[in-house]
Amino acid sequence: MSRQQPPPQPSPARRGGSYLMSRYLIQRLGFALLTLAALVVVVPILLVIGVIVVRGIGAVNWEFLTAMPREGMKAGGIFPAIVGTLLLTLGTALAAIPIGVGGAIYLSEYARDTWLTRAIRLAIINLAGIPSVVYGLFGFGLFVLFLQFGTSILAGSLTLAIMTLPIIISTAEEALRAVPTEFRTVSASLGGTHWQGICNIVLPQALPGIITGVILGLLRAAGETAPILFTVAAFYLPRLPQSPFDQTMALPYHLYVISTQVPGMPVKIQYGTAVVLLALVLSMNVIATAIRSYFRRRRQW
Amino acid sequence: MYESTNSERTNMAEIKIRIEDVSYSYDDKPALRNVTLDVPANAITVFFGPAAGGKTTLLRLINRLNDLVEGTQMSGRILLDGQDIYTPGFDVINLRRRVGMVFALPLPLPGTVRENVLYGPKLAGLRDPTRLEEILVRSLTQAALWDEVKDRLDDPASALSGGQQQRLCIARSLALEPEVLLLDEPTSGLDPISTGKVEASLFELKQNYTIIIIPHSIQQAARVADYAAFFLMGELIEYRPGKEIFTTPRDRRTEDYVTGRFG
Repeated sequence: MSRQQPPPQPSPARRGGSYLMSRYLIQRLGFALLTLAALVVVVPILLVIGVIVVRGIGAVNWEFLTAMPREGMKAGGIFPAIVGTLLLTLGTALAAIPIGVGGAIYLSEYARDTWLTRAIRLAIINLAGIPSVVYGLFGFGLFVLFLQFGTSILAGSLTLAIMTLPIIISTAEEALRAVPTEFRTVSASLGGTHWQGICNIVLPQALPGIITGVILGLLRAAGETAPILFTVAAFYLPRLPQSPFDQTMALPYHLYVISTQVPGMPVKIQYGTAVVLLALVLSMNVIATAIRSYFRRRRQW
Repeated sequence: MYESTNSERTNMAEIKIRIEDVSYSYDDKPALRNVTLDVPANAITVFFGPAAGGKTTLLRLINRLNDLVEGTQMSGRILLDGQDIYTPGFDVINLRRRVGMVFALPLPLPGTVRENVLYGPKLAGLRDPTRLEEILVRSLTQAALWDEVKDRLDDPASALSGGQQQRLCIARSLALEPEVLLLDEPTSGLDPISTGKVEASLFELKQNYTIIIIPHSIQQAARVADYAAFFLMGELIEYRPGKEIFTTPRDRRTEDYVTGRFG
C-alpha cells in the first residue's frame, strides 16, 4: 500500500474488537444506571401524587372547599384552613419579599468582599439548613411571648418569613449576579448613579430569577407545619380570622391533626385535604416555572 | 520640518485634557508608569501599542470608570479643562456625562433602539418628548445610523447587526452631548464597510468633540490620528502628530512596532 493513499477506515469491529465492545457495553451500562436513578427519583413522586389524587379527589367538591368543618371536623369543609394558609402565605410574602430582595441587592451590588459579608453569606446558607421546628420554637419565643403578638397570623407569618428569607436571598442574589457586569459599566458610563443602574437595568433583568426564588420560598412556607404549630395554628376553629392577631386554621396543620389526633376520622377527608394542599403548592410551582420560561424567552443576553 | 511641526504643536488648539505623571496599578501590578500627555480639543488623539500597554486603563481613568474596580492605586493628576477630576468631591456623574465612552464590544442595553439612545438623557432627568425626539434623531444621524434604523426605533437593540449595534453605542454616548468621546477599539468586531462608516462619522464629530480612540490596527491609527501616543508596557514612549509618528518615528521601539517588527 503506498503511503500517499489515505488508509482505509478500519471498521470498529476490526480495530481491537473486544476492547471496543466493552466500551460500548460500559456506556450502555452507565446509561442504564442513570436512567434507573432518574426513575428512582421520579416514580415515588408520581406514586405519591397519584395515590393522593385517586383516593382524595372524591372528597373534593364545592362544599368541601367552601364550608366550615362540622362535627369535630368529621364532616363539612376545610374552608377556614384554606383561607388561613392563603393569609399566612400572603403575610409571609409581605414580610419576606422586601427584606429578602433588599438584602440580596445589598449583598450583590453594594457589599464589598470582606470577612463580614462572607460571614453573612455563610450565615444565610446555614439558616437554610436549620430544621423548621427550630424556627417554630424561635418564632414562639420571639413573636408570641417576647413581643406579645400571641398565637396569631402575625406571629406565624413572621416566623415563616424568617424561614423563607434564606431561600429568597440566595436565589435573588444569584439572579442579580447573573446580570452581566457590562450593563452596570455602560449605565455608569452614561452618567447613571449606582442606584439608577440597579433600578433601570439590573433589577428588571434579574426579576424572573427573583420571582422564581420568591415563589419557591413561599411554596415551602405554605406547606410547613412545624413553624406554625406553636405560633398561629388553631386545632379547630370553625370561623374565619378577624384580624392579624387572630389564630387561624391552616392546611398543613389541619392535615396533621385530622390524620393523627382525631379518632374515627373518615379517610376520604384526610386524602381530600392532602389533595387541596398539594394542588395549592403545585399550582404555585407551575406559575413559577411559567414566569421563568416566559421571561427567559424575552431575555436579550 | 521639525521646527514647523513643533510650532504647530505649541499652536495647537486648546488643551482639553491634561494627564500629569499618572501611574496606576491593579493589585500592585503596575499598568501605567508616569504618563504625562496633553490631549488637544477638537482633534482625534490615538492611543496605540501592543496589548497590555495601559491604553484602556488610561482611557477608563479619564472618565473615572475605574472607580468601579476594587484594589487599585493611582498617583498623578488628570485635568479636564484645568480641573483635577480626582479631587475629592468632584461630581463623577456629571464627569461621565461630559466624557462619553464607547466600549470594544457593542453592548446594547436590554430594550429598544430608542430606549438605548435616550437612556443617558432620561437618567439626567430630561422628560420633554420633543427634546428627546430631537436628541434621538441628532445622535443617530451623527453616528451614521439614522437611515438604517429610522423605521426600527422600537425594535430591540439586540436585533441590529454587530456594526449597527456599535454605532448605536456611539449614538448612545453622543445623546448626552459630551465634550469628550472615548472609544476603546470601537471597530474591532466590525466588517470593513461598517468600520469605514464609523471612521467617517468620527471625522465629522471631531469638529465639535474631543476624541480619544484606541484603534484596532495600526492602519486605522494612521488613518484617523491627528495626534498619536505609543504605549508600551505601561509607558508612554512617543507622542506626536499622527502624520509624523507613523512615517518618521523617533523612538526605536515605536519604529519597530509601526513597521510591524513586533506586536
